Amino acid sequence: MRLLEYEAKEIFRRYGIRTPEGVVCRTPQEAREAVAKLGSSVIKAQVPVGGRGLAGGVKFAESPDEAYRLAGEMLSKEIKGSRVELLLVEKKVCVSRELYLSLTVDRASRSLVYIASKIGGVEIEELARKNPESLVKLNTNPYIGFSPYIARTIASFIGLPAEAWGEVERILAGLYRIMVDYDAELVEINPLAVDCSGSLIALDAKILVDDNSLFRHPDLEKLKYRELTSEERSAREKGFTYVSLDGYIGVIGNGAGLTMATMDLIEYYGGKPANFLDVWSGGGASRDRVKEAVRLLLENPRVRVVLVNIFGGMTRCDEVALGVKQAIEETGSKKPVVVRLMGTNQEEGVRILREAGLLVYEDVDEAVRRAVEISRGGGV
Amino acid sequence: MIAGKNTRVLVQGITGKEGSFHTKLMLEYGTRIVAGVTPGKGGSTVHGVRVFNTVREALRETGGVDASVVFVPARAAYDAVLEAVENDIKLIVVVTEGIPLLEELRIVHYAKLKGVTIVGPNTPGLIVPGETKLGIMPANYYKPGVVAVMSRSGTLSYEVAWQLSRSGLGVSVAIGIGGDPVTGLDFIEVYNMFLEDPKTRYVVLVGEIGGDLEERFAKYYSGLAEKKPVVAYIAGRSAPREKRMGHAGAIISMGLGDYESKVKALTESGIPVARKVSDIPSLLKGLGV
Repeated sequence: MRLLEYEAKEIFRRYGIRTPEGVVCRTPQEAREAVAKLGSSVIKAQVPVGGRGLAGGVKFAESPDEAYRLAGEMLSKEIKGSRVELLLVEKKVCVSRELYLSLTVDRASRSLVYIASKIGGVEIEELARKNPESLVKLNTNPYIGFSPYIARTIASFIGLPAEAWGEVERILAGLYRIMVDYDAELVEINPLAVDCSGSLIALDAKILVDDNSLFRHPDLEKLKYRELTSEERSAREKGFTYVSLDGYIGVIGNGAGLTMATMDLIEYYGGKPANFLDVWSGGGASRDRVKEAVRLLLENPRVRVVLVNIFGGMTRCDEVALGVKQAIEETGSKKPVVVRLMGTNQEEGVRILREAGLLVYEDVDEAVRRAVEISRGGGV
Repeated sequence: MIAGKNTRVLVQGITGKEGSFHTKLMLEYGTRIVAGVTPGKGGSTVHGVRVFNTVREALRETGGVDASVVFVPARAAYDAVLEAVENDIKLIVVVTEGIPLLEELRIVHYAKLKGVTIVGPNTPGLIVPGETKLGIMPANYYKPGVVAVMSRSGTLSYEVAWQLSRSGLGVSVAIGIGGDPVTGLDFIEVYNMFLEDPKTRYVVLVGEIGGDLEERFAKYYSGLAEKKPVVAYIAGRSAPREKRMGHAGAIISMGLGDYESKVKALTESGIPVARKVSDIPSLLKGLGV
């Protein structure tokens, strides 16, 4: 889960990382008052998505009236599917240099990695592609974390004077403590600015909290659905891993890999998936879960046909079949449903579905081809 | 191979719903489960397997094990795996899904230092068809054969195994490295095990978008002098870039990780990539299986 910038900055300050003076605003009037107090400011939309600058989510205001106008525009907007409800108004900082700093997990070495760059304000993926020579990566054992040599190495690579070492040390130690205390998978300062007086200040702040650790952070857990669309939210509240897509074939699978492979196959045969729905997450494909999942897609107006792909193994196919059948009965939907079923009690599952007049396949390619045909008006 | 019909197995979390159900299935398959552990349930039995309170006690009473399969719930799994590592169990299969990332990182890192192999976390486990199964995969879809399977995803690897089995090629061994961002084994390490396995003639790599495991494997493979041929399948071609599918997450991998990057790396290393799972057997046969 991604924290909003102002939330991440509150945490930064508690760990001794300096951030610009700022005020969180909900209305244009509050933004006006904030700029009256702070002077020249930057107004930043608080949304849990990247790339907001290019989408009009970051603007400079020289006067309170300008702040009022810009805030009004921003608060009526959606940025990459997220409604803007909060703004962070921050005093403009005199910047002499922009840098990049982060701490994250390095899959390859199964350790933590500090990443620093002489260039700030650019996304790290792009930096890695275009300016790899500007980057330094320092692995550290996840039980050990920060040690001062890391700060010296990074400061000297970036070209900061020895007087700045102490400050770099405090920031890097803070990143590690934040990562541990908040179970973060990424803590990033981009850009980290050298201000005109030579000290370091975090102009932006990004903290990604590991979803598997949210149970340890009840205050954050209640925020976990806010970055989702309402369609996604209602599916996740039912316990499914769900992502909405822009196609028209509803997809239900068990297991993330199998569900993605099903979507890929739909595209291969010329169709477009409407969603990704993994029924497996959080405890297998029982009758009730399958019923809820099928129901959700039958009730989705974008979905023309529902494709269920269960490769059960342990999952009982008769239970899956009853779940599908009950969803159709309870919703009274006339939408076609195509089922691919493999697993325990397969014959019984197939019989239940055939008797209910549904299309059942053992072969996944056949099932997907059929669903695509139907979605194009091929009839049942 | 990493395990065989003589491998002596401990099940941690044996009295839970999953643990006990899969203990039964593993026993039916022929896996030599010699003991189970659930703190507080010592003295009971599960499907005839003796249950102990601690790993130490289980080892002392049964004369030691070669491997442990962990079904302990996510919140207690870190502790359970550390207990196994400290008791010198050399192979630990962590089936548990949803372990906090920093805990995964720590146990995996520590196990490496101690020379312990961790399969998973979040894995269906491993199977040597006809010999043993340490995990939860549906064994009836794995017919003994000549193709080794290494996979990041669970159910998708069952699909691959079934396609291989029904095509007549069969499976020599299948290892799920696990679906989480941090895993005990990567494709390179698993492939090296396959190179040592006399029954394995060919390898299938089942990858998915995210991370750079496939890219790193491709690079490694292209530099090998002696190799067993590999065919790959990558799930997630149709997934939009900015969305997370499932649990693996978008941890920075330096610009790598999308479908095109993986396919390019694999193809350039001489590994054919199947567009769909059902094409895998014919691609293998094209290599002269």
